[in-house]
Amino acid sequence: MIEETSVLEAVNLGKRYRRTWGLQDCTLTIPKGRVAALVGPNGSGKSTLLRMAAGLQEPSAGTLRVLGQSPSPGTNDLRERVGYLDQDRPLYKSFRVAEMLRFGEMNNPTWSMDVAKNHLALLDIPLRSRVNNLSGGQQAQVALTLCLAKQPELLLLDEPAAALDPVAREDLLRLLMRQVADSGSSVVLSTHALSDVAAICDYVVVLAHARVVLSNDTEYIVETHRILSIVDDSDLVPPPGVTIINEQRSARGRSLLVRVELPFNDDRWRVDRPTLEEIVMAYLREGSPHRDGRHVGEIESGAR
Amino acid sequence: MAHHPSLTFRLDSQSGLAPYRQLVDQVRLAVRTGLLRDGDQLPSVREVVTQITINPNTVHRAYRELEHQGIVEGRAGLGTFITLHLSVAPDAADHGTFEQALHDLVINARRAGLDEETIRELMRTALRHDGNVRS
Repeated sequence: MIEETSVLEAVNLGKRYRRTWGLQDCTLTIPKGRVAALVGPNGSGKSTLLRMAAGLQEPSAGTLRVLGQSPSPGTNDLRERVGYLDQDRPLYKSFRVAEMLRFGEMNNPTWSMDVAKNHLALLDIPLRSRVNNLSGGQQAQVALTLCLAKQPELLLLDEPAAALDPVAREDLLRLLMRQVADSGSSVVLSTHALSDVAAICDYVVVLAHARVVLSNDTEYIVETHRILSIVDDSDLVPPPGVTIINEQRSARGRSLLVRVELPFNDDRWRVDRPTLEEIVMAYLREGSPHRDGRHVGEIESGAR
Repeated sequence: MAHHPSLTFRLDSQSGLAPYRQLVDQVRLAVRTGLLRDGDQLPSVREVVTQITINPNTVHRAYRELEHQGIVEGRAGLGTFITLHLSVAPDAADHGTFEQALHDLVINARRAGLDEETIRELMRTALRHDGNVRS
């Protein structure tokens, strides 16, 4: 058996909803063992990609492989190996937590009651509580716990921490990271919180207008982007090998967020290291339609 | 050895440094300042992910890098320990001298009328140039 090195592989993947494309021409590879973030505005295709990966929607174009298989509603083997958490975090509100756990155990051959109970104990969530008496944060934690107790090789999480207060959000992310530390699960999660991406993700996929505009290791991304700024001299063009992602002008000068392939050395420019958040933001902005209809040129693929 | 985590990490999302680099730097600093000594154990990956919100891969990556630099040693089944085979730590007197020199520098800069922001900026530029020379 060939060992899979990627958990998700899409080639020209597309999903059409009536007249519009929910995801278009999406080519990307997410390596195994990563915590990957899908970032992009609402409607950019994050949920569509996750739902297709979970086998809940069929692609309209291209191919998709998850853990080496093509996901479809009938693929039982994948259903055990993949955990999917919808952004609505569906729970049976009138159930007690313990009943939810039993329900999970009955439906999942790979279920670990120990994992479920350990997580909930660490979170101080009593098993006898009814789901609808729990806070929003606790409900999110229970929903994630149910997903983690399946012990899937791959977790697909659609905005797992959305609408949580800062403490609940941090608890949830730590719960997830503990699982990654213990079991080595791979994670693909969508989020709007760029600070979470910087803290926990080691792979980032930026989607804009149903297309992939950036997809790579966070470390590689951070190492290959710089902010160049210059006072006056507004016509100076950066040297070759530098791709401008985003440009901001002020009355006195310019500031460029650029991708550099080689060490940049040009004394006329002041060089700073952008944060991951700044880089992702630049790609998100450049992907937006009001910028003279131009999108960030070529897709940066996962190849290193 | 009392079982407290030997070191509490923190991440600065604004630093522009990759999280693993930040961990590496924090361990190096702890060694240099004597907070961590030869034979001390670094917190386990699981301890770190319980302590701060961080990807366990990042912690592994940082520990591997420290191992590569000869600052720590991974012992199978036991954990990661500080080993000072390389003299990464200048001796305490040396350290004090630099601290004093920087202190004097800051005082002189303030006397010359530079504000804190300008001093930081000059320091950043100096460090950046040093970085360019080294790389």
